[in-house]
Amino acid sequence: MKIIVAIKQVPERDARIRIDSEGKWIDLQDIEFNLNESDAYALEEALQLKEAHGGEVVVISAGPERVGKTIREALAKGADRGIHIESDDLASYDALGVARLLAAAIEEEPEDPDLILTGLQSDDLGLGQTGVIMAEILGLPHATLILKIEKTETGIKVLRELEDGWFQHLELPTPAVLTIQSGNSKLRYATLMGIKKAKTKEVRRVTVADLIHNDPDVKPADPVVILDQVMLPSKQRTTQMLGGSPSEAAAALVEKLQFEVRAL
Amino acid sequence: MSSVLVILEIKDRIISRISWEAMAAAHTLAEGRGLPVDIAVVTSPTNPILAKIQGKPPRTIYAVDHKLLHAYTSDGYAEACAQLIAHVKPAYVILPHTYQVRDFAPRLATRLKQVLISDVTGIETHAGASVAPTFIRQLLQGKLNARYSHTGTGVCLLSIQAGAFRADAPEASATTVEPFLPKLEAAQIRIQPGEPFRASAQTVDLGSATILVSVGRGIKEEANLPIVQELATALGAELAASRPICDAGWLPMERQVGSSGQTVAPKVYLAVGISGAIQHLVGMKGSQCIVAINKDENAPIFEVADYGIVGDLFEVVPALTAAVRKVKG
Repeated sequence: MKIIVAIKQVPERDARIRIDSEGKWIDLQDIEFNLNESDAYALEEALQLKEAHGGEVVVISAGPERVGKTIREALAKGADRGIHIESDDLASYDALGVARLLAAAIEEEPEDPDLILTGLQSDDLGLGQTGVIMAEILGLPHATLILKIEKTETGIKVLRELEDGWFQHLELPTPAVLTIQSGNSKLRYATLMGIKKAKTKEVRRVTVADLIHNDPDVKPADPVVILDQVMLPSKQRTTQMLGGSPSEAAAALVEKLQFEVRAL
Repeated sequence: MSSVLVILEIKDRIISRISWEAMAAAHTLAEGRGLPVDIAVVTSPTNPILAKIQGKPPRTIYAVDHKLLHAYTSDGYAEACAQLIAHVKPAYVILPHTYQVRDFAPRLATRLKQVLISDVTGIETHAGASVAPTFIRQLLQGKLNARYSHTGTGVCLLSIQAGAFRADAPEASATTVEPFLPKLEAAQIRIQPGEPFRASAQTVDLGSATILVSVGRGIKEEANLPIVQELATALGAELAASRPICDAGWLPMERQVGSSGQTVAPKVYLAVGISGAIQHLVGMKGSQCIVAINKDENAPIFEVADYGIVGDLFEVVPALTAAVRKVKG
């Protein structure tokens, strides 16, 4: 099985939020970046499928130079090789534009993949669409919020999470695109051997210009959807902050719960 | 004449509450733009639920009907909705942000060379029809809001977050139901869906608890769970959790609150070490009183909290347990 996993580098969960001078994103100075959480689960599912059925796991990511580090981490966990679409201005693309780049780079692969996996949504923009858009561009069937993947005679059988604790099985022919929900497997850590091996694994770098050269349809159209401005959220409720030492704050809260909320 | 088209979702044989919230969002937009509202439901034109419309009556109700749509598939819904949009020619398409919409709407938008503006929490219409409306959605797990606009002359697709708009009360209406029969062929449906099922019998009913103590990533390790369990016991509360705790297997999935777990509205919801990602907030923001204990004063959970304590949960929670025991004797 050849599996491509589309991964994204995102600001780490506890990153400090300061709006940048243009008011369109956060100030990235001094910020650490991580692999997007549900993409980490997508990678894990891919690695387990490879362990069970053999084949190859290729990770693909778009973004500036620093994205190379996240690709190396995926290689250290066991992916066989990487594709890095180099771009310093991804923010000027909408979701369709980014998915076009990923799809174009996947189409350049010498051998077609059986599966394309990605996380169900990114922890930063949270659009939850890139995988599905890629499926439509590539003309492939897709399924979202997937927890388990089994290989069958004709394709795959997957477990899809529905709302309120419900689930459903689906059967799809391959090739197919799946977006992976977190939680099915424990994520693996890179071993020392893995980290060492990752240094010698191939990372193919492609530029947006290369992709356009090979397929003029990739040329970025004007975005349909534009992020105009970011703002700190406004409060939905008035919060009484209870200060002091832990025991003082605790005593104050108990008093509120007793006399204001009348819950004790 | 162009319109705002709302595609409603049926769940458990009724039109879901989040669909009516999307309908309320559609009316907000339609009034600002001076457009009529049409609605569409994938069902038989004779389904009696089409007679019970919440909020102002739409211009037309389209009953989108085909035997290949009886079981949901992304292929079937994307194609049927694309044909409906080509027929109705709306300026805006509004959908509830459900798992089903997340599954097919991005494909539908791509087919129309558009991008779905997903999980919208606010719609701003501006005076004058020449000024385009703007849409608010959350970034970075709710730590930031963003204002988006749609450009070009094509249809603009939006999905609306649960709880972001208040569903309108039902109004008597006599809207005509118009059947819309898309042209679908079995070969277009590449996916074979199985029957939905529940994983196991639920043994915990978080919905009936008066007080919930809910724990998140801040607890750091499974071995630390007893400190929140002790607080829950002292309060006579049920223990709940955010998704990462259940993903890690530290608590069973049935204790999970949020979009993929249970939706709760207890008298008191005490969030311990929960940052308040959107997916969690949609499951609990209807609680009567929300208490948040978190080390990060900028955590989004404080935006919905009535009472907040910024501090180390490993110090605050035991102190709180002791204080509760003292008053409860």
